[in-house]
Amino acid sequence: MLSVGLTHFLVISVVLFSLGIYAVITRKNAVMVLMGIELILNSANINFVAFARYGDFGLQGQIIALFVIVLAAAEAAIALAIVLNIYKTISNINVDEIDTLRD
Amino acid sequence: MTTYDLIFYLFAAVTLISAFFVVTNRNIVHAAFYLLFTLFGIAGIYVMLGSDFVAIVQLIVYVGGILILLLFGVMLTNKITNVDIKTGTIHALPASIVMGLFAGALGAAVFNTNWKVVELTSAEASTTGLGVMLVNEYALIFELLGILLLIALIGAASMARR
Repeated sequence: MLSVGLTHFLVISVVLFSLGIYAVITRKNAVMVLMGIELILNSANINFVAFARYGDFGLQGQIIALFVIVLAAAEAAIALAIVLNIYKTISNINVDEIDTLRD
Repeated sequence: MTTYDLIFYLFAAVTLISAFFVVTNRNIVHAAFYLLFTLFGIAGIYVMLGSDFVAIVQLIVYVGGILILLLFGVMLTNKITNVDIKTGTIHALPASIVMGLFAGALGAAVFNTNWKVVELTSAEASTTGLGVMLVNEYALIFELLGILLLIALIGAASMARR
């Protein structure tokens, strides 16, 4: 339990990123895949903010983190609209069974 | 060990444990609520990093917006009779092995790199600086992101009600 530094935040980010990719790979439900993508975006954001604090970058990392949050909101809205359309079309959102572009 | 370290380890534990449950829990609604704790923990980590405004935006946008959107997604795409909505996993064992190796490689890279760290000054409120930067050197990106978000939301609404 050494004193908290940059490495601690990077390790948190690494673990969150791996868990997010694990969710994207293994989950069947498309909404769960989206949750994995949110974890990945959050881990990248932790990196940005940590380097903004410990590096000599001023506030630029925090600005980029804000932009990433906006993009995540847009991504979630679009992806859920697509998921709803898929559910309306084939009554199923398991990503391992969706293998057609149209019916 | 200082108070800062204790609070950091608390937030880190909340974030990582609930993130682990997000990716392993078979119940989608439970996973969504674990994601709530993960996002709260990440907001706490932002506060530990001295970026108060990003933490508040994280709470408002993620917990107040995206998580609700995900919950609506869960509820609209299942025939709901109770909150017991299960989901399966595929390739769980090979994926966990590969992601363990991947995390090990990334962690080794993090530990072996000689990061250039400047001396920390005391954290100060970042909201004023962020606002000034958003309307000066980042004004174009700010406006473009606003337009992008507008287009994305209009597109999502028109796609979802088709």
